[in-house]
Amino acid sequence: MTSLYEEIPPAPAPGVPTTRVTITVNGEKRTLDIEPRLLLSHLIRQGLQLTGTHMGCDTTGCGACTVLLNGRPVKSCTVLAVQANGRDVETVEGLSSAQQLHPIQEGFKQEHGLQCGYCTPGMMMAAKALLERNPNPTEDEVRWALSGNICRCTGYQNIVKAVLWAAEKMREQEG
Amino acid sequence: MALDELKIGGMGASRRRVEDNRFIRGKGRYVDDIVLPGMLHMEILRSPVAHARIKSIDTSAAWEVPGVRLVITGDTMASRNLAWMPTLSYDTQAVMATDKVRFQGQEVAAVIADDPYIAKDACSKIVVEYEQLPPIVNPFQAQSPDAPLIRDDKETQTSNKIFDWEIGDKAATDRAFEEADVVSKLELHYPRSHPSPLETCGSIADYDRATGKLTVYMTTQAPHIIRAAVAMVAELPEQMIRIVSPDLGGGFGNKVPVYPGYVISILASILTERPVKWIEDRSGNLISTGFGRDVYLQGEMALRKDGKILGVRMHTISDHGAFYADAQPTKFKIGLMHSAFAAYDIPAAHLTSEGWYTNKAPGGVAYRCSFRVTEAMFFQERMIHAAANDLGMDQAEFRKVNLVKDDMFPYRTAFGFLTDSGQYGKCLDVALEAIGYSTFKQEQEEARKRGKLLGLGISTMTEPLGAGNSREYDIIGIKMFDSAELRVHMTGKAILRTGAKTQGQGHETTWAQIVAHELGIPADDIVVEEGDTDTAPFGMGTYASRSTPVAGAAVAMVSRKIRAKARKIAAHLLEVSEEDIEWELGRFYVRGNNERGVTIQDCALAAYSNVPDGMEPGLENNAYYDPPNLTWPFAAYLCKVEIDPQTGVWDVLNFVAVDDCGVRINPMIVEGQIMGGLTEAYAMASMQYITFDEEGNCIGSNFMDYLLPTSWETPGFELHEVVTPCPHHPIGAKGVGECATVGGPAAFVNAVMNALEHTGVRNVDMPLMPNRVYEALQTGQDVSGAPPVKGE
Repeated sequence: MTSLYEEIPPAPAPGVPTTRVTITVNGEKRTLDIEPRLLLSHLIRQGLQLTGTHMGCDTTGCGACTVLLNGRPVKSCTVLAVQANGRDVETVEGLSSAQQLHPIQEGFKQEHGLQCGYCTPGMMMAAKALLERNPNPTEDEVRWALSGNICRCTGYQNIVKAVLWAAEKMREQEG
Repeated sequence: MALDELKIGGMGASRRRVEDNRFIRGKGRYVDDIVLPGMLHMEILRSPVAHARIKSIDTSAAWEVPGVRLVITGDTMASRNLAWMPTLSYDTQAVMATDKVRFQGQEVAAVIADDPYIAKDACSKIVVEYEQLPPIVNPFQAQSPDAPLIRDDKETQTSNKIFDWEIGDKAATDRAFEEADVVSKLELHYPRSHPSPLETCGSIADYDRATGKLTVYMTTQAPHIIRAAVAMVAELPEQMIRIVSPDLGGGFGNKVPVYPGYVISILASILTERPVKWIEDRSGNLISTGFGRDVYLQGEMALRKDGKILGVRMHTISDHGAFYADAQPTKFKIGLMHSAFAAYDIPAAHLTSEGWYTNKAPGGVAYRCSFRVTEAMFFQERMIHAAANDLGMDQAEFRKVNLVKDDMFPYRTAFGFLTDSGQYGKCLDVALEAIGYSTFKQEQEEARKRGKLLGLGISTMTEPLGAGNSREYDIIGIKMFDSAELRVHMTGKAILRTGAKTQGQGHETTWAQIVAHELGIPADDIVVEEGDTDTAPFGMGTYASRSTPVAGAAVAMVSRKIRAKARKIAAHLLEVSEEDIEWELGRFYVRGNNERGVTIQDCALAAYSNVPDGMEPGLENNAYYDPPNLTWPFAAYLCKVEIDPQTGVWDVLNFVAVDDCGVRINPMIVEGQIMGGLTEAYAMASMQYITFDEEGNCIGSNFMDYLLPTSWETPGFELHEVVTPCPHHPIGAKGVGECATVGGPAAFVNAVMNALEHTGVRNVDMPLMPNRVYEALQTGQDVSGAPPVKGE
């Protein structure tokens, strides 16, 4: 992928220093001039206009902003964008292709693992990190892996089912 | 051949949700996802103190920050007569403080800038000088003769009291107590709790001077009410106001009120002639937006030795914060608190209520319940629990003696409500069987020998939903009906719009199922839209579990109007008289000759291409539904817990929920609603703790301090169903969104109280945090949770 220069709208105010970073977002390399204090969540949402990553609490408490940074789930509201320099960021928009949903996405729909949908992208990214390191988790392992992500609607039971549904589907696809 | 209803996604199908297709791809469109050309960003400066006179505000340094476009203070608002606004309970509320701040977190100034970071920077440069006044953090401080007058802005206000109110029959209730063998008493505090939808509140106001039109994208559960409120407050003509409620990241009552941030962003857009976005941060949401509960409940019950309840007295003392902003039907000062004990056959009841101002954010929004029924049902079930114990009767047996029997409907409650249907005894029996009630006492004794305390709690209740009929229920004079508009296109596909507003309940899925049931148009052929006041018919919005009882009924009724017109078209196409036409799902046919028929799609095409002489073309209509009564679902919730006496930590071993919400449109979604509701019940019972210290500081202003349950703590729930159709609802539904949050908390608390019974403890206030349970175990005394908590 060729590197791409772009300005983060709106431009930093006159006199505000900027730093150049290169971040691979959903497989695409982006080179950007940003304020050093810019949060990764704001870069993703406002700068790159990937609004599937949500903000729920501003303090790492709710997990709605969970993205994968070099494959590990992080809460992007408390990661500085400059910390992602030279790394891979994966957001919910990177889960599916135009034709094919990721099994985790299918699982959430099949098992009614979402209601208002606000926590869902963060939940799915946390689930993806789990299933990549543990393809056959127990219910307790799923509950523990998602315990940094808050859902106010579902009561979690169907979210857990959705992740187990996806795990089975992914094992079938692998096997 | 009639269609198979389940195959077309009709009633009873666990149809997978339509809205999920965008949410699982990260393509939802919440208010903060919307970007308008030239949009500015607004940040609000909030008061750090709970009660103070504002001596001065210096905004000069904020104006000098590059990128700042506007700084607004109370004076700016006042110069346009916008410093105060009316509340939904006929009080006034400060939009921005001018004279005093009356709670911590109140809006003091706002900065509008090119970028949210700049707006935040500039806010920190505003200097406000405060002269502190003594803060009041509970109704008992508020009534002290030395208490400062919080609402000195109101000429007629001479104390901190908001209202006295009563309902019921005092004389009959007094007689019941004279005849009683046993009188049981209970006092408790239902603490403040915050609904905390995962998305905070926010708005984008976009005023176009060229057209005079104001468009506001807003996190609101009731867009049409907001339009009316904006028309009144901002004195703009209503046709020039468009409120759009996009995807909402949960609501739970938190997104019913009109918040100052919305109003300030509107003025900011008018002044800058640019779109202005305001997105509340989480602390702002927790400390300034509508709380639920905060009521002190006292009551007593007159009992006969054989277990019969003769009468009930209740008294409530409610803490409304600095402004009386409850969102509730006008006639009822403390909401539908008098729905308490509606499931029980009680001859006499009397309720007195008093409401007080304090230096706290305005509360009294319904947090996943209809107008104070959560407090009512919690007190009811805690009182029932205490009364059974005082009589020495079994908890289940005591309820069976007193629950309204199946053959007593329609039943008039002691407070005057009319309940219509139910199988209360059957629901309880299903739950008792599922949890293994008959062997529990033995289990409990064996556990004691192992040093563990087991407890089983029961909560049985019926609650009023729907918030209609219009004779009795209105909000600021607007009647509580709802609406639906259905347009069937010539290819037989359709668009449905309603006055409700989904926030996760799945209206886009379930409303189409009702149309499929009524017309036989496959649900996948029907698109559902809500939330845009320029296109949706007028409605009161979604809260109080009223969507299915009211808007859902309107969907059925508009479908029937469409069917009635289609029948005339069918008669024309089949060349018979209308009386000879029969209907089966999806098609009309000639009586006696099922082969000769036309589908609803045939009729739709004909409506645009071949209408009978004299008939208006087209196939669309609308319906306004004014429910004849409230709906009354019933639930039996049973919970089994184990307490570790060494730590006070309690675990849920088993939770059984039996819900009778009438006919279920989509069982999958109904069960999702119940599990979500039970989780919020568990949250309130166990950990959601937001309180105030002596200085009026809000303790619990972020998710590190205000604990919400995660997948790790939340127990599993075992669900069962009983179906008693609602006799007056077009599809027999009763509503379900809030039952579990309303009835659930008492099941958890009664279970813990049951485990503590041997200590003599009668009450521990929620949340039942381990330290409180431990204290109760150690001291054998009740534990109160009322504020203030001691400062550090």
